[in-house]
Amino acid sequence: MNPAIEVKNLGKTYGSVTAIDDLSLTINPGEIFGLLGPNGAGKSTTLRILITVLKPTTGTATVLGHDVVEEPDTVRSLIGYVPQERAIDRFLTGREHLQLLGDLYHLPKAQATQRIQELLKLVDLEEHADRTAKTYSGGMKRKLDIACGLLPNPKIVFLDEPTLGLDVHSRLRIWDHIRQLRKQGITIVMTTNYLEEADQLCDRLAIIDQGKIKVIGTPKELKAGLGGDSLSLTVKESQLDKLDRLSEGVKTLSFVRNIRTIDNGLNIRVESLEKSLPAVLEVANRIECQVDGIEYHRPRLDDVFVSFTGHALKGEYPDPVEE
Amino acid sequence: MNFPHYKQEVLALTLRWIRRLSREKFSMLFTLIQPMLFWLIFFGSLFQRTADIEVLQAPNYMSFLAGGVVVMTVLNNGLAGGVDLLFDKENGFLERMMSTPIHRTSIILSRYLFVMTITGMQILVILGIAFLFGVHPVTGLLGIAVILVIGMLFGIGLTAISLAMAFSVKSHGDFFSMLGFLSLPMIFLSSALVPLSAMPGWMQALAFLNPMTWVIDAVRPLIITGWEAAIPQVAIALVILAIFDAICLYGGAKAFEKAIG
Repeated sequence: MNPAIEVKNLGKTYGSVTAIDDLSLTINPGEIFGLLGPNGAGKSTTLRILITVLKPTTGTATVLGHDVVEEPDTVRSLIGYVPQERAIDRFLTGREHLQLLGDLYHLPKAQATQRIQELLKLVDLEEHADRTAKTYSGGMKRKLDIACGLLPNPKIVFLDEPTLGLDVHSRLRIWDHIRQLRKQGITIVMTTNYLEEADQLCDRLAIIDQGKIKVIGTPKELKAGLGGDSLSLTVKESQLDKLDRLSEGVKTLSFVRNIRTIDNGLNIRVESLEKSLPAVLEVANRIECQVDGIEYHRPRLDDVFVSFTGHALKGEYPDPVEE
Repeated sequence: MNFPHYKQEVLALTLRWIRRLSREKFSMLFTLIQPMLFWLIFFGSLFQRTADIEVLQAPNYMSFLAGGVVVMTVLNNGLAGGVDLLFDKENGFLERMMSTPIHRTSIILSRYLFVMTITGMQILVILGIAFLFGVHPVTGLLGIAVILVIGMLFGIGLTAISLAMAFSVKSHGDFFSMLGFLSLPMIFLSSALVPLSAMPGWMQALAFLNPMTWVIDAVRPLIITGWEAAIPQVAIALVILAIFDAICLYGGAKAFEKAIG
């Protein structure tokens, strides 16, 4: 099976600033592939090179076998692009946006009219198609964005932060749309800085940080790869001086994989909770360290992120903003 | 280049600019009316009696000013010509257009078609208003056609400056600061409001170097003096505009290339 996208040793520098560095990855046809990372990690730069609006400094990238630098027009005619929110002309109606894009993709008039009607129905904007976009809510703008990206009937759709700033309800609708597209056999490449989104939506993902790919895999593989569950212990402030001894004691236990100091306590990665929990508490008792709280969870994608990048991703969903 | 495709792109993009303008009714009215209201009617009427017609070498101040206002309109429209693309660049619309299989120049060409059409219409309206105030262009319809051509040629270079600025500035705040910084001095340091002979020496020297002066000095005799005086001035203006446009288009193309690749 030929890959949908093949990226080899891709690099982009702006003067002395390195946006991405020696990036290589392969995206398979029909999958939802996520680029996960904080703002400024290089996700958008990568995406913009793939959609041919930015030229790489080093390396190559092919989309459906066509080089993005050598054959940009071929690539452009095969892909759809959904930029970050607000790439909308507020003075045009929804239908006029799609008509404009129909002409930019050189669709014949009759074909464009039919396609536009289908898309308006698909994203549920039929009723609002002839109102100017300034009357649209954030969710409606996003849906129009997606319709624009689908207009050329693309084989691959690129989405840049598809749910940034959307409320919960709109976010779930957009996820549904994206899953629908995959069902039709369309390959999806998206960037996100939301862990939950990457976990729920993506078939495979690449964690990008400071311009480099840290790891690539399915969310399940990545979580399993961490090996073991996470056990967090916190102690009272008066007990903080015993933390080092606690750590020393826990380290000797055979089913402990890794220990990390957190605020007022320890985060311990363990193989088996049943065995480790009593043993860890026994160590605490022995050194008379009073435990304040215990938290336990299965590995989550944020643990994966921390373990590969050394820092947490603060991609919390913000309060919903309705425009 | 596939010509039917190119035509389809350029027409669709031009239609978008027209739609945008027509949806901003207030802004449209203001843009169209401001130059004639502020400069021609207010400024012209204010100085009608204080201006010395010996110095002006014109029947009255309004007729002297008409040519200046025509060229000022070209200046303002040209320098503002890149604004919409600046907003497109900032909100990602430009990137969306660039990710489609269009010829890179069709966006620029559509912008030119739009700015030139609006400017041409405005020139005609200004000359119409001036007509109502008793300024009758002595060279007639042919003279007006020549004024339009000179205006367009000046507009080409100015729009290129504006587009170059739009593609290279970091924020639209910078763009509007630069615009403000450019536009008024260009007007005051030209023959738009007073003839060069009435200026202090240092201003005269600067105005002499301002291409706008040469453009106005070609337009003005077409309105108030006649062909004989106008033809040599028009010839000089055409040469200057050819050089001016060549420089601006080259700079604009460089900025575009750098921004878009």
